[in-house]
Amino acid sequence: MADAAITVDGARKKYGGKHALDGLGLTVARGTVHGVLGPNGAGKTTLVRILSTLLRPDAGRIEVAGHDVVTEARAVRLRIGLLGQHAALDEELGGRQNLEMFGRLYHLGARHARVRAGELLERFGLADAGRKPVRAYSGGMRRRLDLAAALVRDPEVLFLDEPTTGLDPRGRAEVWAAVRSLVGGGTTVLLTTQYLEEADQLADRISVVDAGRVIADGTADELKAQTGGDRIDVVLRDAGQLGAAVALLPVPKAEISVDPDRRLLSAPVTDRMAALSGVVRALEEAGVEAEDIALRRPTLDEVFLHLTGDQRVKEAA
Amino acid sequence: MSAYALTDSWTMTRRELAHWARQPGRLVVGLVFPVMLLLMFAYLIGGGRGVTGQYRDYLVPGMLALTMAFGLEGTMLAVTQDLEKGVIDRFRSLPMANGAVLVGRSAADMLQSALGLAILIGVGYALGWRVHGSPAEFLGAVGLLLLLRFAMLWIGIHLAMVAGKPELVQAVQILVWPVGFLSNALATPKSMPGWLGTAVEWNPMSQTATAVRDLLGGPGGEPGHVWAAVVWPLGLLAVFFPLAVRRFARLSS
Repeated sequence: MADAAITVDGARKKYGGKHALDGLGLTVARGTVHGVLGPNGAGKTTLVRILSTLLRPDAGRIEVAGHDVVTEARAVRLRIGLLGQHAALDEELGGRQNLEMFGRLYHLGARHARVRAGELLERFGLADAGRKPVRAYSGGMRRRLDLAAALVRDPEVLFLDEPTTGLDPRGRAEVWAAVRSLVGGGTTVLLTTQYLEEADQLADRISVVDAGRVIADGTADELKAQTGGDRIDVVLRDAGQLGAAVALLPVPKAEISVDPDRRLLSAPVTDRMAALSGVVRALEEAGVEAEDIALRRPTLDEVFLHLTGDQRVKEAA
Repeated sequence: MSAYALTDSWTMTRRELAHWARQPGRLVVGLVFPVMLLLMFAYLIGGGRGVTGQYRDYLVPGMLALTMAFGLEGTMLAVTQDLEKGVIDRFRSLPMANGAVLVGRSAADMLQSALGLAILIGVGYALGWRVHGSPAEFLGAVGLLLLLRFAMLWIGIHLAMVAGKPELVQAVQILVWPVGFLSNALATPKSMPGWLGTAVEWNPMSQTATAVRDLLGGPGGEPGHVWAAVVWPLGLLAVFFPLAVRRFARLSS
């Protein structure tokens, strides 16, 4: 793809006999948000570290912003921003000192670095905390400063490695808002996450990664369609009747998921209207009382479950 | 090295200076420790042997050399602590000059060492020790001491990257004591069994201590050791400087 911000072809990386990346490939178009979704140990962080020149791949062709990550590492570094899983900040220095230092190391010049630090502190609501040592920052503040550090030189490509892991809902909302505002400015973003909701909310396209390979890829809607159509949810009044209700649904038992706590049955359907009226009639005739019945698209969670297998998702949870 | 090698290294040095300004306590402890050692040896040991004045003249130059060598552990600790933190990943993802992180570290440590040396020389004077050599010889002695420190520093940086974790630095912190003491810094090899005396004379630190004693005038100095006090540290640098820079460039690859 001529207009690709990131091209990865056949990337391999081995750690102690285990393939962290096993021929992974993906392409990210300029100005889009690409989600890399996968359980722990799928190779997401290894991929980000290779893309951001921190790690050399064993094999594969990998280009970021038009430059090879191995042979043109410095050209790549000029054009990227990195937000890793752990704050990449000097904990003893203040927020402003951090940003000015990174600005100087991006060779902005002392004056420009100072102005840029001020702008970023303002933009991320840290102007008042600029002098405080980063050690004294809250998790959310640290994350915002880390993101500000990644943006010092207005990167063409921004890598976010699980950007909201460990944040409370408010911190997560803040990071999401910041990512959305960046994309408006034309930055390409590659985002790894374990949270399906995050990929669903932010990403234009998603690559589902497992054991160092991409096992599915597409828009959130395309991935949902892959799992097979719509689903019907039935909430019963009495959890004791769940077993009886399962027998009534016109679907093989193995495909029905049951959540006793919520008194909920969920099953895939093919013909929406026929399924709805059929289920309502069957429940009525059997005397099983329903509190709620609804048709819906599958969630990414179900897609993920379908793609990576039941067991692996449980391990990751 | 890129056109930015100098400015990037200076930026990294300034980072260390900012750390000192934020936490002056750590710097002060680092500077006070050799002074305590000097006082302890001058009074507890020298005094106990009833040769305070004479031993003091032998001890002060030895302590100067010992302090330069002991700087190794401080450098190691600082580097391992940096490596454990995420900020190193940020530095490595920036378009900065290769090795600027390390050069900045070494420059800051050299500044601290020069300051420590000045303080120690001042304390030596307060104890009654005197420099007998010419100003040029004095500057030469200071140069040899700082050269030893510079070589130890790059050994420290390299070992820190090989060891990786601050816990392993403890082992080195313990090991520098026998290695430091197995020199002529505190006692003359003439008083030791033959094999030990030979080992002690070969210790690079002993070369520096002997040359410094020769240049500053006082007991224990022997002419002709200056070349050894130049060659030894340069040899160590020729090995450990490129090793450290290469190791840094290839971190976690």
